[in-house]
Order: sequence, then C-alpha cells, then structure tokens
Amino acid sequence: MTLLLALITGLFYAAGIYLILRRSLVKVIFGIMFLGHAANMLIFSTGRLTKGAPAFVPAGAQALVEPFADPLPQALILTAIVIGFGLQAFAIVLFRRSFEELGTDDVDAMRTTDCIEGGDA
Amino acid sequence: MNSLILSTSSRYLLVLLQLFSVFLLLRGHNEPGGGFAGGLVAAAAYALYFIANGVEEAQRVFRFEPLTVVVAGLGVALASTLPSILGGMEFMQSVWVNTGIPVIGKVGTPLLFDVGVYLLVLGITLKIVFSLAGEDEP
Amino acid sequence: MKLLLVLPILLPLVTALVMLPFREHPGVQRGLALGASLAQAAVAVALLARVYAGGILTLQAGGWAAPFGITLVADLLSAVMVAATALIGLTTSIYSLGSIDRERERFFFHPLMQLLLVGINGAFLTGDLFNLYVWFEVMLISSFVLLALGGTPRQLEGSVKYVTINLLSSAIFLSAVGILYGVAGTLNMADLSARLPMIEQRNLLSVVAVLLLVTFGVKAAIFPLFFWLPASYHTPPVAVSAIFAGLLTKVGVYAIMRVFTTVFTGAESEAIFRILLWVAPLTMIVGVLGAAAQYDLRKLLSFHIVSQIGYMLFAIAIQSPLAIAGGLFYIVHNIVAKTSLFYISGIIREKSGAFQLKKIGGLYSTEPLLAALFLVSALALAGIPPLSGFWAKLMVIRAGLESGHYFVTAAALTVSLLTLFSMIKIWNEAFWKDDPGVVSATEEVHGNGRTALLYLPVVMLCGVILFFGLSFEPVYELSARAAAQLLDVGSYRNAVLRGGGL
Repeated sequence: MTLLLALITGLFYAAGIYLILRRSLVKVIFGIMFLGHAANMLIFSTGRLTKGAPAFVPAGAQALVEPFADPLPQALILTAIVIGFGLQAFAIVLFRRSFEELGTDDVDAMRTTDCIEGGDA
Repeated sequence: MNSLILSTSSRYLLVLLQLFSVFLLLRGHNEPGGGFAGGLVAAAAYALYFIANGVEEAQRVFRFEPLTVVVAGLGVALASTLPSILGGMEFMQSVWVNTGIPVIGKVGTPLLFDVGVYLLVLGITLKIVFSLAGEDEP
Repeated sequence: MKLLLVLPILLPLVTALVMLPFREHPGVQRGLALGASLAQAAVAVALLARVYAGGILTLQAGGWAAPFGITLVADLLSAVMVAATALIGLTTSIYSLGSIDRERERFFFHPLMQLLLVGINGAFLTGDLFNLYVWFEVMLISSFVLLALGGTPRQLEGSVKYVTINLLSSAIFLSAVGILYGVAGTLNMADLSARLPMIEQRNLLSVVAVLLLVTFGVKAAIFPLFFWLPASYHTPPVAVSAIFAGLLTKVGVYAIMRVFTTVFTGAESEAIFRILLWVAPLTMIVGVLGAAAQYDLRKLLSFHIVSQIGYMLFAIAIQSPLAIAGGLFYIVHNIVAKTSLFYISGIIREKSGAFQLKKIGGLYSTEPLLAALFLVSALALAGIPPLSGFWAKLMVIRAGLESGHYFVTAAALTVSLLTLFSMIKIWNEAFWKDDPGVVSATEEVHGNGRTALLYLPVVMLCGVILFFGLSFEPVYELSARAAAQLLDVGSYRNAVLRGGGL
C-alpha cells in the first residue's frame, strides 16, 4: 500500500511539473493543482499508513485505544486543501481575467513587463 | 441548463442538503464532519441550484450577499475567542457550558468557532461560484 | 499580558472585518485604516519594550502545551520585525489615503492591506513551521489580490507571473513540511531544534533543508529565483509596490534566518550557509547590474531590492554575532530606505507625469524638498555616512573581513559603488537635467491636500533613517542583543517548551 501511494505521489509530482512547464495557462493551473495534491499525498504517506481508529478517546476510557491513526497529518492536509482550494480558485479567476484582457493564454507571449522599455503605467 | 427533472429535484435537494450540512456541522466535534465539511455541503447545495436554475434564481434563493456571510462567519469565529480573553485564560482556550437541555447538551466555544467556519466557507465558496458564473468582478 | 503577543495579528484582522461592510463608505474605511495602523504601532512598540525588558515571550494557543499546540513566540528578532512592519503599515496607510483611487477602495483595498499585515505579523510571530506556511498563504492571497486589483493588462500580466511562482513555492514548502514531519514527528520549531540532532536519516534532512531554502529563496528573491520580482513589482499602484518592496521579500529573509539558525543547527545549516556564500554575491551583482540597464524608475528600484537581499544573505551565511546583528539591522534599514524610495517614485510620477527617467527632469528646481528626501533615502541605500545604510554595511563588511570571506566582501563593496552609481543616475535624470517636456504633470487634477499625504510618510521614514544614522549606539545595542538571543538556541527552546520567559 505504501509503495502504491509512493508511486502515485511521484506520478502526481511528475505530471504537475510537466504541466507547469507548458505554455498554456490552463495547463499551468492544472499543474499547480497536481503539485498541491502531490504534496498532500506526501504528507499523508510520511505520516505512516495505519489502519487505525480515529484518534478519539472512547467514552468511558482514559486513553486512546491502539491502533489509532495519527491525526496531525490529517489536520495538516485538511488545512492545506482549504488553502489550496482558495488559492487555486483565485488563480483560475485571475488567469481567466488575464486571458480576456491580454487576449492570449500563451505565457511566452506575456513579456511586456519583462522588457526594459515597457510602456508607462 | 434547462432540465425540468433537475430543476424540480434541486428544489427538494436544496432543503435536504442544507439539513445534512447542519447535521455535519453539529456532529463535527466528536465525529467526522464539522464546520468546513458542513459549509461545503451547504455551498454545494446552492451551486447545484444555480446549475439547475441559473445565477439570478440561486442568488434570490440565497438572499444574502455572500460577503456579508463571510463577515458574519469571521465575526462569529473571532467572537469565540472572547471568553478566553475576558476570562484571562490562554488565548483561544475552550470554554464549555452545560445547558442541561437534552439532545443539545454541552455547548462551548469550539462549536461557536465551527459555526464561524461554516459561514465563512459557505460565503467564500458562493462568492467564488457566483463570480465565476459571470455576474461579478473578481 | 500575553495578549500583547496576539494583538499584532488580531488587531488588523478585526479591523479588516469591521471595514468589510463599509464598501460604499471609503471615508469610514480610511479612518479605520489610519486608526488601526496607529494602534498597531503602539502595540508593536509595547511588544518590543516588553521583550527587550523581559526576555522571550510565548503564548500557547488554546492552552495546548508546546509541542502539541500552536505556539506564538516573540523574541527580539520577531519583535523588531513586527515593529518595522507596523512602521511601514502606518506610513503606507497614510500614503494610500493620498494615492489610491475610489474604484480600488470599493474593491476592498484597505481591508486587503490589513489582511496582508495579518499574514506578515503572523509569519514573524509563529513558532511552528506549518503555521508559518499558513501565514505565508494568508500573506500571499492578500498580496495576489492587491497586485491584481484594478485589473490593467500590465497588472494582470505581472500577477500571473507572481501568482504562478508563488503557488509553486507553496507546493515545495508543503512537501518539505510533510517530509520533515515524517522524519521528526513534530513541526514546532523549538521541538524540532531539540530533536533534529538525534535524527538518523541525515540525507532526508538535507533534502528538507534545500527545499526550504528554495521556498524561502523564492519569497526573498535570491539569485536564481528572483525573476518574478522585477516583472511584477512595478505594475500595481505605488502604495502597493512600496509595501511589497519593503516587507514581502524580508519575510523570506527572516524565514531563512529563523529556520537555519533556530531549527537546523547542525551540518545541514552549515551546508546551506556554504551555498549562501555563493548565492549572496551573485544576488548582489546580478541585481545591481540588472538595475544599471533600467530606465523605468520602479523597475530600477525593484532590481535594487534583489541586490540588497544579497547583503542580508551574506550576513546570515557568516553567522558570527556581529554578522547577525548587522544582518538584522540591514533588514530594518533596508525596509525603511526601500519603502521611502518607492514612495518617492510615486511622488515623482505625480509631479512629472512618468516613471520613465528619460521623459522627466528638472525636479530639483520645482521640488527641492523632494530632492532632499530622495538624497537622504538614496544615499542611505548606497551606504554613505552618516546615514543608516553606512552602519548596516559597515557591520556586515566588518563581519565578512573578520571571518575571512574576502571575495564576497570585495563583491559587497563593489556593488555598493554600483548602487551609488544607480542612485546618481536617478538624481541626474529626474532631478538635475532640464525637463524634456515630453509629458505634463498630473498635479492640477488632485490639489495640494493629497500632496501633503504623499510627503508625510517619506518625511517620517527619512526621519527614521537619520535617527538610525545619527544615534547609532542604542540601535547597535538592540541588534547585538537580538543577535545574541537568536544564536542562543537553548534559551529559545526553554522559553517555548517550558512555558516561557515570564
């Protein structure tokens, strides 16, 4: 199971990096999403895979009952998903707006802010 | 989209999903669920309604400006820190009150915080959905 | 009064919240922005005084003890950075009153600015690596919106570059945090610094260290990772450019300083410092050479941000107490001088109608006060005595010579000279030569009340520069103590893990 998860994580990283290197902004945003998911999977697998109960102390007991799953990676991933969700939603809106304004989604065509003699704002 | 089946069923699903989202919110402290999941389900209910009936209709049914809901959510979440500040405890330490009412039982600041998260997620998600639907600037 | 530690985060957050309903009442928002910034300055000074007198201050959120809960920690380094943030927040809120248009105010300019300050202060005060990630994201999302706000094509293009590189660096940060948690089982900085020496998987730790360096390097715009900065910082309104230029890259530098002195203490951070000794001179040189080619005022200044980051990296890489003290003072000095220069670029645009140096001129005769203020800020940046930059450079260069890094020190001195050349170029083009009369001033449109609001923050910052320069003794004292405290990791660990300095 761990091996499978590791392979999938690696695949996600590879796909993310490949897509983020493409010239189309649509592919870039997909690449960013893949990278975010890859990082989440990485946290999930480095937190050790245990088939355990949730880390809640059962009613009447004084301590956790083994085996229990480490709740921290789950909390980290949840937070990261929330943050990633917000950032990616913003990025999609921004990329759409810039496509409308600039008339292109090709990152190679976006070079006016890099040129020395850019227009005056 | 113009589907009679979807638009009829979405009316009932809206109510059901909202009920489910409140259920998720309330069981969140000790079981899987919570404010974030609940808020997302509630937002998904309105998103479904928007897909079936259009943006204007969805906004009319939602009644509030999404950003007002965001403000309310943040306000409630921040208010949940007040008892700890006023009581001179560590910041954000939870305070529980036993109401004695059956079913509801103990009520505390974590629940208040969760309600804040619920409203915040609902508001932000709907803001994004409505913006992407094209009536509003980002 | 542990509340003092949350107030720098809580105060702007509550302010932003209160502002949101007043979308159609910019007057209320402006008043709130100004009031909140003043209150924040008071809080920051109180926090600094408290930490200076009473040692490291800690707060365990929710009452959960240190390695389990989220800890907020203020040592002198954090407190100084929070104070600098408050100063820039205050001056920027004054400056934006005179320069931000109604339309941007309707689209939540003021609340976003407060939210940006929430993120920055949170990043400075947190004692937990994952929490640092969260504050980075808070800072990023508000900076994204601030950068794109207004939606001119140039702004959108700059934002696309800025957003993409920062989302990438966030993913790298998250991966590093994930691996670190898998290796060490904790993310509390104090706890990590205690546990890392005992970890056997050193190769994984090296990977984490390099990933973190890349992440923070993107934020700080260090040598191979800086291209986004000159491509985006010159597109938004000046008030936004200025606060970005002053603070955002320094958060990256702060993170490098904190993580590689407090969290990593062994062979990993030494390897990172060896890398930084190469990166630092390259950052300085490439930045200053990039600036030499530019004739757009704000692009030129943007390249200088990159160049100045090199000095701070050099100071961090040396790691002697003098170097750290010098690096800390350099950060504060640079925040002040750089922000002041960006404000001035806005006034130049206001008075002469362009950012393009070739299109403007003659400001020395029409705006003598502006010329004087520019000289103070520019010479401080170049490091001319008796201004703040001289002492900052003196400390860093002295530390460089003492530790025997002659090559990098020589590079630092050469770059100083080139910085002076750049500043003289601006002086010649904008102030000294005659106005070519290509563009006309925009002043008539706005009137004089606004101009005073633009000048006031610059006067305040130049006052700070002069104060640093002329009464250097207490400032040196403070930086030296902050450096000693930063290098004494044991006391940081004790303060956090045993409930703390009070």
